[in-house]
Amino acid sequence: MTIVWNDPVNLMSYVTYVFQTVFGYTKEKAEKLMMDVHQKGKAVVSSGSREEMERDVQILHSYGLWATLQQDSVH
Amino acid sequence: MSSGFKARRGGGVIASFEPAEASILRSLVTMVLGMVEPAEQSDDPLERALSMGSSEVPSDPVLARLFPSAYADEEQAAEFRRYTETSLREAKRADAQTMLDTARAGRTELTPEQAQAWLRSLNDVRLTLGTRLEVTEEVHEEIATMSEDDPRYPAYVMYDWLTYLQDTLVRALW
Repeated sequence: MTIVWNDPVNLMSYVTYVFQTVFGYTKEKAEKLMMDVHQKGKAVVSSGSREEMERDVQILHSYGLWATLQQDSVH
Repeated sequence: MSSGFKARRGGGVIASFEPAEASILRSLVTMVLGMVEPAEQSDDPLERALSMGSSEVPSDPVLARLFPSAYADEEQAAEFRRYTETSLREAKRADAQTMLDTARAGRTELTPEQAQAWLRSLNDVRLTLGTRLEVTEEVHEEIATMSEDDPRYPAYVMYDWLTYLQDTLVRALW
């Protein structure tokens, strides 16, 4: 899973715009995720193979979002 | 004419700045250029060819924020950083260079690609300044109650202006 964490610098409008641009999400879905990040401190923004997640994290870092990766299954 | 960004017909944005504003933006983005400059290259030619960089978390909090760890697990984070930080530094450097080259007084038309570079780079400037100033989410309210004699005041006002610019750019691109 790709997780985005809340931080005090990134603007709510900017974070929403980045989710729309990077993932092609609708404005509604992007806003919902942004609000989760803002209010709950983090949100899962995408999931898939490890390669796909690593690519997502790299793109999100290029936009300055605080993103991390977490393996889905914990054994 | 108010400063900031407006949508441009056919894509991209129009940037408008006073001479002093353009000069502040250039000096701030030059600072970012210096920060993201790739760290020392490895002596190993194979590592250089593969653009392998450092695997360590930067000790400077600004760099640690611009290049965050991708994994909670230290070993995985180090491995990821080793293979990706160099290209991330190069991407940020290219964005900052675009902003530096196009931050001019008056009215400047930016292509969609240039506008995206501005969006990311302006955010890197805000991350740099925000991390140094240790801002919180209440920064806007804090400035409203801050004394103008406070030594932090000018930097906070500049940060607030950059926040406003970033927001007008997002809205111009939407």
